[in-house]
Amino acid sequence: MFDPTKVISKKCADIKPSGIRKFFDLLETMPDVVSLTVGQPDFVTPWKIREAAIESIEKGRTYYTSNAGTQKLRDALSDYLTSFDLHYDPKKEIIVTCGGSEAVDAAIRALVDEGDEVIVHSPNFVCYEPLVNLCGGKCVTIETVAEEDFKVTPEKLRAAISPKTKLLVLSYPNNPTGAVMEREDLEALANVIKDTDICVLSDEIYAELTYGQKHVSIASLPGMRERTVVVSGFSKAFAMTGWRLGYACAPKEIASQILKIHQYAIMCASTASQFAGIEALTSCLEAKDEMVREYDRRRKFVVNELQNIGLKCYVPKGAFYVFPDIRVSGLTSDQFAEKLLFEYKACVVPGNAFGDCGEGFVRISYAYSVDHIKEGISRIGEMLKSL
Amino acid sequence: MNKELLEIIEKNARLSNKDIAVMLSKEEGDIKKMIEKYEKDGVIVGYRALIDWDKTENEHVNALIELRVSPQPDRGFDKLAEKIGNYPEVSSLYLMSGGYDFMVLLEGKTMREIAYFVAQKLAPLDTVITTATHFVLRKYKDKGVTYGPVYVDERSNCL
Repeated sequence: MFDPTKVISKKCADIKPSGIRKFFDLLETMPDVVSLTVGQPDFVTPWKIREAAIESIEKGRTYYTSNAGTQKLRDALSDYLTSFDLHYDPKKEIIVTCGGSEAVDAAIRALVDEGDEVIVHSPNFVCYEPLVNLCGGKCVTIETVAEEDFKVTPEKLRAAISPKTKLLVLSYPNNPTGAVMEREDLEALANVIKDTDICVLSDEIYAELTYGQKHVSIASLPGMRERTVVVSGFSKAFAMTGWRLGYACAPKEIASQILKIHQYAIMCASTASQFAGIEALTSCLEAKDEMVREYDRRRKFVVNELQNIGLKCYVPKGAFYVFPDIRVSGLTSDQFAEKLLFEYKACVVPGNAFGDCGEGFVRISYAYSVDHIKEGISRIGEMLKSL
Repeated sequence: MNKELLEIIEKNARLSNKDIAVMLSKEEGDIKKMIEKYEKDGVIVGYRALIDWDKTENEHVNALIELRVSPQPDRGFDKLAEKIGNYPEVSSLYLMSGGYDFMVLLEGKTMREIAYFVAQKLAPLDTVITTATHFVLRKYKDKGVTYGPVYVDERSNCL
């Protein structure tokens, strides 16, 4: 008899299923829980953006666009990216993708061969290693620590490099830590790799959510543009997670390879989403700034609340997460999250979901109203008092 | 003038001074002083809850009344505005451009009270030429807040 388990590709079978899924499934069966877990904005996409998509559908724009995305959207992206001192040819160096995630996947597939090593930092969003492994590559992990503001330091980078190193993946502002890499931090890394053949995949999906300073892209530093793929998207900046709209920018030699993968795997990003994206970039930058100001206020609020209940926490400078140190509780991350869920009806994500070195921490999202955050953190406070 | 402070409490007047201070990187005492000054200067004129009366058992009718009036030689519309505004039944009063002069809003009355008020109080005023009463059938949005179904967080969890 045919056995479906026997036909699975070895590389796919080797990918570990995410342990956090079970936890999330459980959470979804408990409606009275104050959850601080979501990884997406609580704002609705601004109405003008939604309207632009509706209009595109009403007008019957239901076709495929060109593989790389409509020229108008790529032109708008090219203009928009200059605000980060990034300069890409909208005809040959920008590819519109189904969310930042697809851009990450296509970039890794375009760059990584069997046996290549890819340097990733941890704790981090979880997609990079499985995608690298599917290409036959191997991840070498740099552990970042709260004492160093969760940054990749040049020393740690140097130690991780081997003759097999192909790619360095940077994702700042970082999920789950909220850490950012400032210009001098990136310059120090650029110095380490400038005389090597190592390229960089810079996942800048949270770039707009940088507080008190302007996000710096490593691709804007001298000598870095030609070896960097910048990946970003509309999800976090414009509250457009469900639209699945992102992009990859790279020098044309790399972009043309990414485009081949995108063309065969995806064809093109959703047309209605692309029309929405044009509207976002051309007339909703102010709405975006207002959302960023609101996140910034909540960021200060949540850090203060955590300090008040006795949790040490690195003050995040980007994204919409805080990553407090919970070791004072004497519990592991998993125990902390489970006890909080079952006994205090509040929910956070255990830090080890983002890599082993996230152990001892939990992620708290502040993509919620202030009242909601307050209630959630007060429940954490009650639990800490009981320990 | 701290515009951000005003925007914050315009959206949520129940935040404590302490919480606002944290969000704006200021001292609690400074926030308290600023708010007191705004209250004294009449920049902040009140604090209210937004209530969806349709979700209660009370009859709560809102009406909008258009008034055409003849302005008085010496004081224009102001004298009449003061007079109409003095009625406690009137919740909002605007002088309008266009086809009529005053827009009078009555909130939270019964149909009978509104009819009585228009017939007995507004229409007989000397300078009022015509009245047109419009009853609100349903409130969808007020003061930037959408009325109707309660918000449910449908976002799924992902890392």
